[in-house]
Amino acid sequence: MFPHLAAGAVSEVSTVTNEANWLLENAWLIALLPAISFVLILFFGKKMPFKGAEFGITAVSISFILAILTGAAWMDHRDNFTLDTYGEKAAVLVDDGAGSAVDSVTLAVGTAAEATDGDGQAYVAVQKTTQWLQSGGVEFNAGIMVDGLSVMMLFVVTMISLLVHIYSTDYVGGDRRYTHFFAFLSLFTASMLFFVLSDNILQMIVGWELVGVCSFALIGHWWEEKPNSDAALKAFITNRVGDVGLLVGMITLFFAAGKGMTFDTITINENILQGGVSHTALVVAAACLTIAVMSKSGQFVLHTWLPDAMAGPTPVSALIHAATMVVAGIYMVARLFPVFWEGMQIEGSSINFLATVGAVTLVGAGLLAFVQDDIKKVLAYSTVSQLGYMAMALGVGAWTAAVFHLFTHAFFKANLFLGSGSVAHAVHSFDMKKDMGGMRKFMPKTYVTFVIGSLALAGLFPLAGFWSKDEILVNTGGWGILGGSGSAPGSYTFHFVMGMIGAALTAAYMTRCVYLTFHGEYRGGHHDDHADDHADDHGHHGEPHESGPRILYPLYILSAFSILVGFVNFPPGFLAGSKKDPAGWQERFLHFIEPAGSSYFPAVGHATPSWWLAIVASLVAVAGAGAAFTYYFVKVDRLAKRTGEHLVGLPNGVTTTNAFARAGHKLLVNKYYLDHLYTGIIAGGTKGPIAKAAYWVNQNVLDGTVDGAGRTAVQSGKLVYEKIDQGVVDGAINASGRTSDAIGEELRHINTGRVQNYAAIMFAGAAILAGAFVLLLAF
Amino acid sequence: MDSWILTAVTFVPLLGAVIAMAMPNDDDELHKRWALAVSLVALGLGIAMLFDFNYDQAGQLQWVVDEPWIDVIGAGYTLGVDGMSLPLIALTVLVMPLVFLYSWNHIPSPGNTKSFLILMLILETGMIGTFVAQDLILFFVFFEVVLLPMFFMIAVWGGDDRRYASLKFFLYTLFGSALMLLGFLALFFLAKDPVTGELLRTFDMRELTDTAGAGIARSSQLLIFGGMFIGFGVKVPMFPFHTWLPDAHTQAPTQGSVILAAVLLKLGTYGFIRISIPMLPEAAEAWAPVIGLLAVIGIIYGALGCLAQTDMKRLIAFSSVAHMGFVMLGISTLTDFGINAAIFGMVAHGLITGMLFFIAGSVKDRYHTLEISRLGGMLIQAPRLGWILGFTSMASLGLPGLAGFWGEFPAILSAYQPANGLPVETFRGYMVVAAVGTVLAAGYLLWLLQRIAMGEPSEEFANDPEIVDVTPLEWASWTPFLFLIVLFGVAPGLIFEVTDPAVVESLNNCLQLENGCDGVADATTAALGG
Amino acid sequence: MLLNQFLLLSAVLFCLGVYGVLARKNGMLVLMSVELILNAVNINLVAFGAFRTDVGGSVFALFTIAVAAAEVGIGLAIVLLMYRNRRSIDLTQADLLKG
Repeated sequence: MFPHLAAGAVSEVSTVTNEANWLLENAWLIALLPAISFVLILFFGKKMPFKGAEFGITAVSISFILAILTGAAWMDHRDNFTLDTYGEKAAVLVDDGAGSAVDSVTLAVGTAAEATDGDGQAYVAVQKTTQWLQSGGVEFNAGIMVDGLSVMMLFVVTMISLLVHIYSTDYVGGDRRYTHFFAFLSLFTASMLFFVLSDNILQMIVGWELVGVCSFALIGHWWEEKPNSDAALKAFITNRVGDVGLLVGMITLFFAAGKGMTFDTITINENILQGGVSHTALVVAAACLTIAVMSKSGQFVLHTWLPDAMAGPTPVSALIHAATMVVAGIYMVARLFPVFWEGMQIEGSSINFLATVGAVTLVGAGLLAFVQDDIKKVLAYSTVSQLGYMAMALGVGAWTAAVFHLFTHAFFKANLFLGSGSVAHAVHSFDMKKDMGGMRKFMPKTYVTFVIGSLALAGLFPLAGFWSKDEILVNTGGWGILGGSGSAPGSYTFHFVMGMIGAALTAAYMTRCVYLTFHGEYRGGHHDDHADDHADDHGHHGEPHESGPRILYPLYILSAFSILVGFVNFPPGFLAGSKKDPAGWQERFLHFIEPAGSSYFPAVGHATPSWWLAIVASLVAVAGAGAAFTYYFVKVDRLAKRTGEHLVGLPNGVTTTNAFARAGHKLLVNKYYLDHLYTGIIAGGTKGPIAKAAYWVNQNVLDGTVDGAGRTAVQSGKLVYEKIDQGVVDGAINASGRTSDAIGEELRHINTGRVQNYAAIMFAGAAILAGAFVLLLAF
Repeated sequence: MDSWILTAVTFVPLLGAVIAMAMPNDDDELHKRWALAVSLVALGLGIAMLFDFNYDQAGQLQWVVDEPWIDVIGAGYTLGVDGMSLPLIALTVLVMPLVFLYSWNHIPSPGNTKSFLILMLILETGMIGTFVAQDLILFFVFFEVVLLPMFFMIAVWGGDDRRYASLKFFLYTLFGSALMLLGFLALFFLAKDPVTGELLRTFDMRELTDTAGAGIARSSQLLIFGGMFIGFGVKVPMFPFHTWLPDAHTQAPTQGSVILAAVLLKLGTYGFIRISIPMLPEAAEAWAPVIGLLAVIGIIYGALGCLAQTDMKRLIAFSSVAHMGFVMLGISTLTDFGINAAIFGMVAHGLITGMLFFIAGSVKDRYHTLEISRLGGMLIQAPRLGWILGFTSMASLGLPGLAGFWGEFPAILSAYQPANGLPVETFRGYMVVAAVGTVLAAGYLLWLLQRIAMGEPSEEFANDPEIVDVTPLEWASWTPFLFLIVLFGVAPGLIFEVTDPAVVESLNNCLQLENGCDGVADATTAALGG
Repeated sequence: MLLNQFLLLSAVLFCLGVYGVLARKNGMLVLMSVELILNAVNINLVAFGAFRTDVGGSVFALFTIAVAAAEVGIGLAIVLLMYRNRRSIDLTQADLLKG
């Protein structure tokens, strides 16, 4: 199709496929297993003793084990794959590659050499590709790309998915569509793994959309109730809006960076980094892809579907928010980082679209989390806010920090969601104000895990969130007064400030959430008819009680991870290792995950961490938590004890006394009116007036024209028929008839019936003829 | 296999119809069996073709028959199949037996099984004939043969407003055909041999393709293309010639709708890629931006039309306008990539929308209404039917992994970089608009799904015993559709590999033009915006 | 020339016949008048034949005589039937052909 674009295109030879570990080359198995499980559950699920759950759990367990092994294999590959091997490989490639391949391979080696730490290690992704189809000279490939980023994602996705599977056997046990639920969990996991493993942007689009459709099915799991199906529709359609950006952005990349020849991610990244790709095209691509991120990863202003997605069963929320769907956007940016790096000129700048969207999201959603009464919605907005952190981090060039935050966030957010599910399972409601409170007494184990998750989310030392959040803040480079070196990619002061505000907000709203749920007095127990809602087997409606082991063990595991996972990326200078291994745990994550020095990743600078910054950030978080603590744990609690009523009348806060604050509160309660805009004005407008208008045009203008033409034809036909055909032509015929009739009428009098009269006429005629004859002859 | 196979596959259904006429009137079972058997023979021949087709030479016509037919006017009985028509023939011979199978207990009122089945057999001949004809007059004859059975199917077995719908369908398409025939005649009288400059006086499509409009004045080319454009555009149907479609679809019996959606609409787009563009590349280039514009208007407009519908069948009919818009967008880029996408889109649309009409027919059977607001909760009452609807809707909105995606996405992709000589910025604008169309597609299809399948059943139908799940007969006629939707979604290469050489071949002539459809490397930098 | 006398005779005879056909009420007489007319024609035929020494005239006259015989046969039959039905052969009363 586009042979004219071939000039200068880098041949695919430059994508190095090396003889790596079997596991790395066959990582596609990890995605295939859940897909097989989906098919099995679909066809045989209902006949199985555990209604199909066994397929899902088995498949995901094997995937999880494979993911761990793959991770180990990757670490080995990363440490032992040396430049020498790479050099040999490059030589081979030069031999059988086209002429144009030589340059790129050499360059790739050159870049790798700079980044190696002396012993010749090189960061080389393992890629395995086969041709999927071919059309118009463009090859569509299917393949896997395994590097640190995808290995990390494999681990996170399979682990969270496995825990969610186990958790679900209890949580949705006895549900009307239990089997169906597990089928889609499997498909959801498979889609996400497929997406993560893709080695080309087309495959990413496929995975991206598949994830979307699975979320549609799962959010709308209880589709009998209209709000649920509405939420599912909203999620899907909002994502489709972002998909416009995705399609346009990816197509632009295909032509601009893939030279109209290849969808290959590595090639595209390499081409961009080598220059020669139109900057305009990159700006367009980066902007369009940011829109895609806004919808998929719930960034302002397309985040509104995400809180509504809480209509799905809680385990699904955990899966969507922690590991699968919403991080797809972040992952996509991380995967195609050069597009943003070059397109938005992240380095040395102080503002760009992506970072600003992230920063606004992180504060905006943090504020929204304050006014939610539904525990899951608090967590949903918290997710939006945390995704804002990640997007902002990517926007400011803190690639590793963003990915690290994605990693840690997955665990503590899954922990929190599953914890909230555990509580809701006990009280059959998600409303913190009406049905919860004092749950600490009934569910001490859930309480502990939830608090751990909250602390991790709030970013308090030494839990997971602290390390990743700190790294993001450090790398904004906008913190000059707090010391530290200037090697951060840019100097994003505004974003740094927003990050700090976000830290305080996070700590505060989680404190509120913990208080409303677990402290104070129990306010539930008045819904006797609620038990049927989830069709579970809790026969009694007395006091809530602690959940069973299949719910608790996932919580324990996730809590442990929430505490520990931050330790994999200690900043340099923190807890130096032994003599034998001086680096210890320092920057292990960065070492294994960040493709620094590879041919498809830009040379991103890393800021030196600052003790001052860490302390200030922690203090800000503590201050946020403290403020909320004072308000809820002290003031509200005291009031509740005095009046004997729980939360019926909250103490007069600023929102009731200050008009400005009240307006702000109203704005927040209405979610910035974005839903009104989308549902009421845009969707309603399209569905209502605009569609009706278009249809009106169709019926009245277009069809009217046709019908009008038809009618005109009929009218003119009538005209012709009545006036001309019936009037003139037929008239002539009729007239002749009438004339002959009249003549006959006259002539009938001759017709006496008497033979002799006839004979007389005959003879007269003969005589006349004879006369005429004679006359004629005479002349 | 010799060249007899094309004649056989074309005329077996007609022969079957003639024999059926001689059979007793009242033995419905016999007629059903006979029609099914005949269509299965055609299917067998079609499968044999698939096996015998030389895929390495997919760009060349195969099994060519070239016999004199009407010598006086230079019309020949010329048949041939290449990679462009093979998938469409396969689609036709596959769809027909399934439709006959579905007809087993779905003969629409007022009965008269015999005539109904005979008409469908004649229809099959017309459709296959159009795809195999390599002579303009032959093509035209087959093109028109299709019209009459369809007219009667709508007019006799249609819904309440069938007279209006059938007449509109008939007159509309006949009007288009007239202009198309004028175009053919003009080609006949004007086409010259590019080397000797002599008048060719031929209707042979191969020769006309080879000359590629050489020696015809540009203004005449534009006019001829315009005539054919209206002829084919009505059939596609393209905005603004689409208004016959919703009426015809809504009023037609289920079988008629399925055939209409699955095959008939493709006759128009096939005409574009087989006749208009290869024979008049220069005019095609001039018309392409207009076609592209109408295509994207159709995409948005069809989607908006869908959103305004209250009748399920009418909604699906309008979605055809949108989907065929994607097909036409692919064609309008005049690139092999875009036209490949268009052919894929035709097959995918045939399967998916055909399937949607089947579902609509079955819903009508059960609920006796297609009023969306009265339906609801189908997933509870007929869960499998509901899931099939969900699945097909997802395929229709272009979900990757299902067939619809591969018609839609490459079409959008190709608009980024249309053939040289076409306005790049304009087509990029079309690309964005088309991408927005996918959002609307998701909107109306999911909205349909939500209102019909989700929620609780309405009181009216809550305890209706007639509402049963998918019957074995329906399974039998639907499974191939569902299977192929998945198969082509996962392995789209099955179609792309067949069509690609033929499309490249058909655009070959464009390459030889000075300012051709596809061209040299110079435009690269400008095209990439810097 | 002899011819003129013959022609004169036949003219007179013709006129007598015409008068009889038109004026007489009796069917029989009308028939006989018709015979007169025919005979007038015969005279003419024979006369012209003789005049031009052409035997055809006589031959044609013979034909006419034969036809006249047949005609009279039918005419008499009609008159006889008329008499049987109406007891009269008055032609003025027979006006069934009136339109």
